[in-house]
Amino acid sequence: MSAEPICGADIVIKALVDQGVDVVFGYPGGAVLPIYDSLFKQNALRHILVRQEGGAVHAAEGYARSTGKVGVVLVTSGPGATNAVTGLTDALMDSVPVVCLTGQVPTHLIGNDAFQEADTTGITRPCTKHNYLVKDVNDLARVLHEAFYVAKSGRPGPVVVDLPKDVLFALGNYVGPQQVAHKSYRPQTKPDPARVAEAIEMIAAAKRPLFYGGGGLVNSGLEACARFTEFVRLVDAPCTLTLMGLGALPASDPHFLGMVGMHGMYESNMAMHDCDLMIAVGSRFDDRVTGRLSAFSPGSKKIHIDIDPSSINKNVRVDLPLLGDCNEVMGALLQAWKKAAPHSDTKARHAWWRKIDAWRARNCLRYDGSRRDLIKPQYALERLYALTRERDPFITTEVGQHQMWAAQFFKFDKPYHWMTSGGLGTMGYGLPAAVGVQVAHPDSLVIDIAGEASILMNIQEMSTIAQYRLPVKAFILNNQYMGMVRQWQELLHGGRYSESYTAALPDFVKLADAFGAAGRRVERPDELDDAILQMIEEPRAVILDVVVDQTENCFPMIPAGAAHNEMLLGPADKAQQPVSEEGMVLV
Amino acid sequence: MPDSDTIERHTVAVLVDNEPGVLARVIGLFSGRGYNIESLTVAEVDRSNSLSRITIVTSGTPMIIEQIKAQLSRLVPVHKVHDLTDEGPSVEREMALIKVAGKGEARIESLRLADIFRARVVDSTTESFVFEMTGSGEKLNAFISLMVPLGLVEVSRTGTVAIARGSGTF
Repeated sequence: MSAEPICGADIVIKALVDQGVDVVFGYPGGAVLPIYDSLFKQNALRHILVRQEGGAVHAAEGYARSTGKVGVVLVTSGPGATNAVTGLTDALMDSVPVVCLTGQVPTHLIGNDAFQEADTTGITRPCTKHNYLVKDVNDLARVLHEAFYVAKSGRPGPVVVDLPKDVLFALGNYVGPQQVAHKSYRPQTKPDPARVAEAIEMIAAAKRPLFYGGGGLVNSGLEACARFTEFVRLVDAPCTLTLMGLGALPASDPHFLGMVGMHGMYESNMAMHDCDLMIAVGSRFDDRVTGRLSAFSPGSKKIHIDIDPSSINKNVRVDLPLLGDCNEVMGALLQAWKKAAPHSDTKARHAWWRKIDAWRARNCLRYDGSRRDLIKPQYALERLYALTRERDPFITTEVGQHQMWAAQFFKFDKPYHWMTSGGLGTMGYGLPAAVGVQVAHPDSLVIDIAGEASILMNIQEMSTIAQYRLPVKAFILNNQYMGMVRQWQELLHGGRYSESYTAALPDFVKLADAFGAAGRRVERPDELDDAILQMIEEPRAVILDVVVDQTENCFPMIPAGAAHNEMLLGPADKAQQPVSEEGMVLV
Repeated sequence: MPDSDTIERHTVAVLVDNEPGVLARVIGLFSGRGYNIESLTVAEVDRSNSLSRITIVTSGTPMIIEQIKAQLSRLVPVHKVHDLTDEGPSVEREMALIKVAGKGEARIESLRLADIFRARVVDSTTESFVFEMTGSGEKLNAFISLMVPLGLVEVSRTGTVAIARGSGTF
């Protein structure tokens, strides 16, 4: 305990610094003025002023996902807090550790419909991992340290701490992080050794094993991903990754089949359907991955490694749950495997790989690139990848077709380099997320692969980019449509393109110029390489507006309500039967 | 665990930190994920550690019941979750206050039945009784339906509380 009592706002700053925070993404307002006053008087914490609170949360998510640290947000009461709700929900769905400090009206006004009052803990209860309302300044330091502990322990997630203005002015005692231990929250991190042994036996006995890694690996950290990679290589089995897991196994590894799921690789989905053992690691059998549940991987036994007990047997019944942190579990599996040195059925494994090679030979990402006057979005991303891979770029995306193409055509060899909104599917995520990534990695190449519709949802963050001279590159695949909406309308709604075309798009070149960034528009494939190289070399932020084929659809695709082996590979490959009524209602 | 679609009724005891919002968290979890609540009771049971016990009677398939327990367990202020239906024999009780208004034979009959059911009279006027009754939910239902023709006017029930039999604790 510090000798002298200090004011609540100073306690907030001290707690953040003691938690190792170096940057806060925020927006001031009446209820948090005391904290902004304390921020003004110190130099340990850097504040990044966003242009809308929603952007602050996405920026904190980008910061967190690209560093493995907790992202911190500071917003005011009422509208500040409600604007943060989408970002908080996004962080909850994708298990991103975020601590969001919200201002609140003074305690004596709570419940009085005061100016800029909102029931923040009530509103954010279902969209946070946990939240707090601090009513006594002497609880403040403890609650803040607990908030960081809860945000990053177990399955990570967002935590809101609601701070009434009078608490920020009141004098209270500070306690350091070492003096605070949560009463009850202790997620199980180490796996049950008996189950580890059982898993080893199942893996050794499998004839057609498949690893299915997810975002939990990335959340668990670099060591977890390294151990996972080592284990996949030792077992010598094919591995697929979810959208959130990309980078957990190097994409250049021959064991990697590519992404799984609705727009995943043909070989990944076929392997998932036909495997006899699925080893799920930090993945959650999301509906985008499983397709029709009744036809999901019918012949396989399933091992599920996850830190969240509620993820086990939620959508798919598994045969062996292995509860624990991915890093701990992979460590235990590696050790047990090396000790047991089991023999596997080499003949069966060879046959499995031959089958996979045949699926790979279908070349499911092929597209018609014959027209010289039209840029295919796939081609644009192929060139972007080819020309930037040496720079080890950080990629963020918005949500839609461009996001799926980015996941298909960018090959990630490392975790922490791919930031996308997977669970919630939040359009407008990419640009503010890129702000957070660029702040964390000032000298790296950070690219927001965007659609022209999504990027407009948080375009105001160009102003943040300008203020801090962040050299973020926005690579817009511009088809003038909400592409994924248009694609579904074409495939499911008789080509009635209801409200999915954007008339009156801005001139993105002038828009870039208005925000002090460089802008360029390209319409022909032969201009593309030059434009990408120019974008990379440009020291300022860039908006590269790539005009692409308006009618291109994202393939391969598992139609809604279909099974993995009913995948469509391209436009010629129309579904044999029309989508069922059950499929139509699926999102 | 049986992989079945049969709907089971389970009584779950949850030990939670007695802090603001904890009940809203539990109820919000049930409504947000579409689970059933047949009854829910809550009261502080350990003042020195500030712990409350929530007893929830719920129903669902075995997979849903497993989800409910896992989802409850991962709430930060939840200390323990016990499925009393699964974990051996337990005692379940509910209390009700039952107001019956009437005169003459009906009034006397209600008192007679109350005696048979071991309900106590906790308030009386010349035109009414309030009975207090403790027992299983079925017993309360039986008594209450008997009171309908005798002038039942109001019922207040606590919902089920439950505890495991034997010396063990959680």
